[in-house]
Amino acid sequence: MSKQTLTDESTSVLSQNKGNRRSFLKFTGVSIATTGILLSGCQEVFEALPNQRQSPKGPVMQAVPLGKGDIGILNYAYALEQLEAAFYLQVVANMYAGISDSEMVMMEDIKNHEVAHRDFLKAALGKNAIIDLTFDFSSVDFNDRSSVLATAKTFEDLGVAAYNGAGQLLESADYLLIAGKIVSVEARHAAAIRSIFDNDFTSFAGDDIIDSNGLDRAFSPSMVLEAAAPFITNKIIANQLPTS
Amino acid sequence: MKILEVLNKYDIKTDELDTFTSRREAFRKLASFGKNIAFAAIPVGLVVGSTQKASAAHIPTVLNVLNFALTLEYLEGEFYTTGINSPGLIPPGKDMAIFQTIEKHEVDHVAFLKSAIMSYGGTPVEKPTFDFTAGGNFTPFSDYEQFLILAQAFEDTGVRAYKGQAGNLIAENSALTAALQIHSVEARHASEVRRLRGLKGWITQAERGEGMPEVTQAVYNGEDNLIQGGVNVTTVTTIGADGITEGFDEPLTTEEVLTIAGLFIVVA
Repeated sequence: MSKQTLTDESTSVLSQNKGNRRSFLKFTGVSIATTGILLSGCQEVFEALPNQRQSPKGPVMQAVPLGKGDIGILNYAYALEQLEAAFYLQVVANMYAGISDSEMVMMEDIKNHEVAHRDFLKAALGKNAIIDLTFDFSSVDFNDRSSVLATAKTFEDLGVAAYNGAGQLLESADYLLIAGKIVSVEARHAAAIRSIFDNDFTSFAGDDIIDSNGLDRAFSPSMVLEAAAPFITNKIIANQLPTS
Repeated sequence: MKILEVLNKYDIKTDELDTFTSRREAFRKLASFGKNIAFAAIPVGLVVGSTQKASAAHIPTVLNVLNFALTLEYLEGEFYTTGINSPGLIPPGKDMAIFQTIEKHEVDHVAFLKSAIMSYGGTPVEKPTFDFTAGGNFTPFSDYEQFLILAQAFEDTGVRAYKGQAGNLIAENSALTAALQIHSVEARHASEVRRLRGLKGWITQAERGEGMPEVTQAVYNGEDNLIQGGVNVTTVTTIGADGITEGFDEPLTTEEVLTIAGLFIVVA
């Protein structure tokens, strides 16, 4: 795929991002006021992630439309699995300092699962699959346990919330089942990462993510993509995704 | 037969549904207590005015699923409540903190599902009488190893049970999303209990894992599936079969779940 190098375009993409985020947060406020649905969780996602890049560096990557309907949702999942797979491939290629044997096995296992998810989705999508995305993990110190595990925790929790939110956007029961087969593994990862990282025995299903009804989080694609955007060099175009 | 008697309890009186004609009402009622159905960036108007059919034809199915889920949550809830209140059973500190957390979620799920069922015009099934010895085969409340074994079996079953019901909720977005939000909590529990028992948080092939008695094998049968959506995953990735099977959890049918849960349900 050819790389575009138009600086002015990258600037406009970034400013567009900021605008989207502002309007998104504004919209959230409106939703709370008009529907009474408490929209908790979003702010924590943004706080847990590194700041968005302030200025564009390097070539502008190809914009990637996810498509519409179930294909769009599967491409959305494929984008997230590409992100997770790329992250863990880098983790296992350069295991952090002082890693224990059991943690090394855990990282290797999770890498295998995410790569399997990625490769499966690519095959299932066939010619409809989006391109191989390019990622920016410059905010992660792969030699540092805390940096790696904090990022892993964010990605796993985000993945769970993404699949939980995407289920109702799917038309096909077959695809819904596949999403269900993947999301529970992401939740198993999330609990394991939290368990070894957080100094809190209840963190595997902590009050920061599980609400008073005992429900995990469910995020819309735009919310998830906003949170993932700092790590994805390509601009993901999600405006054709189903909204119900 | 035990299973059928349990299933019969799920019969829904359709006249209870007569007043139930609008998706808007359904969503509102569910959302009013499901405070973390956080669909932030999707305009609520679009969710409500979706392409879903305005008729309540699918609601009996939804109610069956929710009552089925409620039965499982009753089982888990009573198991953990009894466990954490059995003196000397669960070691204080890490183990007790974990099981108090899990217990709270299962009790919350019971209350949530009851409310959800009533919001759809249904009647929550009553809590069955449980026998966690399964006819004298287990002693979970005096033997911590047995308690851990059953906890793992219940959690891994719960994950598979919810997964198996997702398709039955596809016409009812708010119920589907809530069920998925419970499903991933059960998976977090399963991972933690498995790791507490010295296993991996995920299921390799169809292995029940070290120390799990053979009677629990029904919980793990079929987890070695390598075909997803018609794709033999071994042909599209370099990851081996162990990693693939760990990476995809498999569903159980209603009957399969009731066969497992039925071991612990006393039918009067």
